[in-house]
Amino acid sequence: MKIEVLGMGCAKCKKLAAVAAQAVQELGVEAEIVKVEAVKEIMKYNVLSTPGLVVDGQLKAAGRVPSLDEVKGFVKQAQGA
Amino acid sequence: MQGSDPKDAAPCACAPKTVREAREALRAEREKVHKAQAEARAQRVAEALAPPANLPGKLGLLFAVLIIWWNLYQMLPGIARFATQSLLGLDLASRLGSSVEFFLYDTPKVLMLLALVVFGVGVIRSFFTPERTRRLLAGKSEALGNMLAALLGTVTPFCSCSAVPLFLGFLNAGVPLGVTFSFLIAAPMVNEIAVVLLYGLLGWKVAALYMATGLAVAMVAGFVIGRLKMERHVEDWVQALRAGDAQGAQPQEELSWAERLNAGAHATRDIVGKVWLWVVLGIAVGAGIHGYVPEGMLASIMGRDAWWSVPAAVLLGIPMYSNAAGIVPVVHALLEKGAALGTVLAFMMSVIALSLPEAVILRKVLKPRLIAVFFGVVGGGILLVGFLFNAIW
Repeated sequence: MKIEVLGMGCAKCKKLAAVAAQAVQELGVEAEIVKVEAVKEIMKYNVLSTPGLVVDGQLKAAGRVPSLDEVKGFVKQAQGA
Repeated sequence: MQGSDPKDAAPCACAPKTVREAREALRAEREKVHKAQAEARAQRVAEALAPPANLPGKLGLLFAVLIIWWNLYQMLPGIARFATQSLLGLDLASRLGSSVEFFLYDTPKVLMLLALVVFGVGVIRSFFTPERTRRLLAGKSEALGNMLAALLGTVTPFCSCSAVPLFLGFLNAGVPLGVTFSFLIAAPMVNEIAVVLLYGLLGWKVAALYMATGLAVAMVAGFVIGRLKMERHVEDWVQALRAGDAQGAQPQEELSWAERLNAGAHATRDIVGKVWLWVVLGIAVGAGIHGYVPEGMLASIMGRDAWWSVPAAVLLGIPMYSNAAGIVPVVHALLEKGAALGTVLAFMMSVIALSLPEAVILRKVLKPRLIAVFFGVVGGGILLVGFLFNAIW
């Protein structure tokens, strides 16, 4: 699984990356967490506000830091798909 | 399994071999029970303190908090006086005493106002996502679009760290360049933190003036940038991007009222948690000026007769980077000592709206010429506001 955190290095982006890492660890899922900081790459997902969370190429949240449970939900959802 | 397996027997008191072992086992058992009881208690407390999940429960909690808020707010002047005079033993007429009272009154007052308004704005903002704002602005004509963009800039959630994706996303969806700029100027400048602080420290008139002139600067500056036809001064790769499609936005789910109240509470925790230190520092500086700088001392350098103080204030404001929370208390103290309102408003707008870090961020998508025009037009608008208020106030 590939989890991408979109954001140009703001405080909230770091927080989101940490939440994602924790979610993956607690679920025991094998996942690669990538921070996407280049504007061009970020714009591919057509987000207007960062941080953004992308799981397996699908945008799950933008403009906020989702809670740990929410991120776990996204990961499980992507696993099931 | 009555003690036949030593592994099973270890933690319980069922098969004691000696009296000491029995006692120890008993103690361990008791500790376990105590711990479980304590955990259960902690959980009950946590449940009682946790915000209720349903809407009536939330509204009830909100109502209770509002009543406590209101009563506490009414008591603040008395508490500040009591703390300064009786607890600290300071004379209210002395310099130190008046500074301390100022600080003890203004800090909780401003923080309480901030918490209340940020909550309200947080709920309102749950209606205005950037995506929705973009839809509203796409394809709008210039003048009307500039006005709408500036107004939406005040209620759409915005953080300067996502200025670039927002800028690109707006252009991408066909929002005109000038209209996008109106939004980008208004969003940081006319925000709830600035307005609350101005209201709390300087009264509603100054707050309303700031809001109205801030919106006017954003509308006019955006309009002028649009008229100047600066589109080709956006970085080339951005223009290439614009040819692409604007599909693939995330699905928008409608929020329930309980979720909107949650959003408000979240915003309060988030924003007040972030700016409280700025507020305290700003008020501390303001309190120092309040107590120690003599009345009228600033009249000669920041008064209305010193016309050059307005451009000086704007220029001084550019390299200074602070949010509204830190700058308003200082502005308050400056005004008190004879600085002119126009000069001070111009200073504040310049500090908040024009900053070098912002220029660095925007440089990623704008060519230097457009950045220069942006600073020039917005700076010019702020200058005008300053002169206007010094002339009529």
